[in-house]
Amino acid sequence: MAEADLKSTQGARVREAESARESLVVRFGPECPLKLDSGISLSPFQIAYKTYGRLNADRSNAILICHALTGDQHVASVHPVTKKNGWWETMVGPGKPIDTERYFVICSNVVAGCMGSSGPSSIDPATGQPYGLTFPVITIRDMVRAQAMLIDHLGIDTLFAVAGGSMGGMQVLQWAQSFPERVFAALPIACATRHSAQNIAFHEVGRQAVMADPEWRHGRYTVEGTSPHRGLAVARMGAHITYMSDAALHRKFGRRFQDRTNPTFSFDADFEVESYLRHQGSSFVERFDANSYLYLTRAMDYFDLAAEHDGVLANAFRNSPTRFCVVSFTSDWLFPTSESRAIVHALNAAGARVSFAEIVTDKGHDAFLLDEPELFAIIRGFLDGAARARGLV
Amino acid sequence: MNMQTRPQRELATAHVVRNASGARVDLLVVAQMVEPGAKVLDVGCGDGELLKILTETKGVDGRGIEISREGVNLCVAKGLAVIQGDADTDLADYPDDAFDYVILSQTLQATWQPRVVLEHMLRIGERAIVSFPNFGHWKIRLKLLFFGRMPRTSNLPDTWYDTQNIHFCTIRDFRDLCNEIGVKMEAAVALNAWGGKLRINVPWWFWNLFGEQAVFLLSRKR
Repeated sequence: MAEADLKSTQGARVREAESARESLVVRFGPECPLKLDSGISLSPFQIAYKTYGRLNADRSNAILICHALTGDQHVASVHPVTKKNGWWETMVGPGKPIDTERYFVICSNVVAGCMGSSGPSSIDPATGQPYGLTFPVITIRDMVRAQAMLIDHLGIDTLFAVAGGSMGGMQVLQWAQSFPERVFAALPIACATRHSAQNIAFHEVGRQAVMADPEWRHGRYTVEGTSPHRGLAVARMGAHITYMSDAALHRKFGRRFQDRTNPTFSFDADFEVESYLRHQGSSFVERFDANSYLYLTRAMDYFDLAAEHDGVLANAFRNSPTRFCVVSFTSDWLFPTSESRAIVHALNAAGARVSFAEIVTDKGHDAFLLDEPELFAIIRGFLDGAARARGLV
Repeated sequence: MNMQTRPQRELATAHVVRNASGARVDLLVVAQMVEPGAKVLDVGCGDGELLKILTETKGVDGRGIEISREGVNLCVAKGLAVIQGDADTDLADYPDDAFDYVILSQTLQATWQPRVVLEHMLRIGERAIVSFPNFGHWKIRLKLLFFGRMPRTSNLPDTWYDTQNIHFCTIRDFRDLCNEIGVKMEAAVALNAWGGKLRINVPWWFWNLFGEQAVFLLSRKR
């Protein structure tokens, strides 16, 4: 078989039903629209979220976790579709670096996502049909605005910390810029203040893979009863390579064959790495919506924090009261250390309180999701220091 | 950034003099020069020992730069605001007058451009505190005189070919540099081999001969 075996299931329906049941949902009616950067007001809309731990009496121990491109609100609880553990369970939980016995942890599905928050697969009340491409294009700042409305709804004035990696890190930086007084500590990990041309290029390849799938039907696949799972799987396969380092791929797979000792002289998945990527692609389409993938990659592409400050990044953080801890990984070539250094230089120039650590690892961009003891020690230490300064005991 | 072109410096492991409670004597001398509540940048902060002393005893708002990853990660895990960076290249990114004190403790001799570093320190901070091992100490002079080899002492144990210290100076040399770039010397302390302070009312040549380490408090000349 030359083509990857990329099955589609009833993923989308399961996803929506399960996340509605297993998450908390806040609905914002016509009286509180989400005003988007594009000039459009999204209304009504909803945010699906999870919380862990308990909010203290002062409402001062809340940590908002911002998820990455293909993440969701199930940061430390079993995923309703995949039945796998939470995506950051190594970091968040009782006794973990982000300790749910001390902190009240909130994680919401971003706007335009597909795990219960309003997105392109939601029903447009005006038509009674899924939005598809009529859903407005959203930005990182729009995601943060929606999160701020959620935080207001929860009655929290100042977040003790906002933390996240990759697209989550972009949201952390946007939070610190948009609402400096509401963010006591910020943890942007493996991210940048703007998407580079290379980053945009990779995303465009992914989007074109989705749109080239004849079953995509200009985003109307749900209505037409089709599923662009092949295109989405290819997008995921390409993207997944960018999340790993050359060294890690080689360490994991080398040139080993998959369940065979000799090449088959065909285009079957002879190599372990091929088989692995096909698996990544096919398992991804079970839990993710193709249109959401387009919208979220677009949001990252548009992100450029310095642009609205005449290109001077330091001006984005002028007089910031927030304490920052920036973390990068040596083998992350998607968001390399130089991007984190640019953040640090801007924060220094703005006189902000910043810590910065680069962690040696060969695990690439995905290192922030993996078992990295040094990362755990740094985040635990940074939060401990911030908690002392905040008077949390 | 020239991180790639230079070997990664390691945390200083040289022998240091500690008092009865285990604190480094030279760091305590530095700490005594800092006003309580000041805003402080410690350049080459190592594992954060000085920043910790300053935060705990003087209530300073302290920041640090450290070149070794190991040191940075230890500092951040202690809750200190420390970034990974290089004194030679990264001080240029700080704005003027950002700190009350910029401290360079036992690091000057390891920088590529000590003069530029010193000038940046007094641009960024109103005052600078610099401590360094005195290469004019009598033991070092005697070793060079009698053995004809680069001296190794308990305070400076590395061989010439693997030391981080590329710009040794004597107390006199440092004083000359301060005069040359127009820096005001507000206070100076020399420590003997046991970490004791040398008497103040002795001439410079005496300090230069018997001081194993020197600590200078500097400010811009008005």
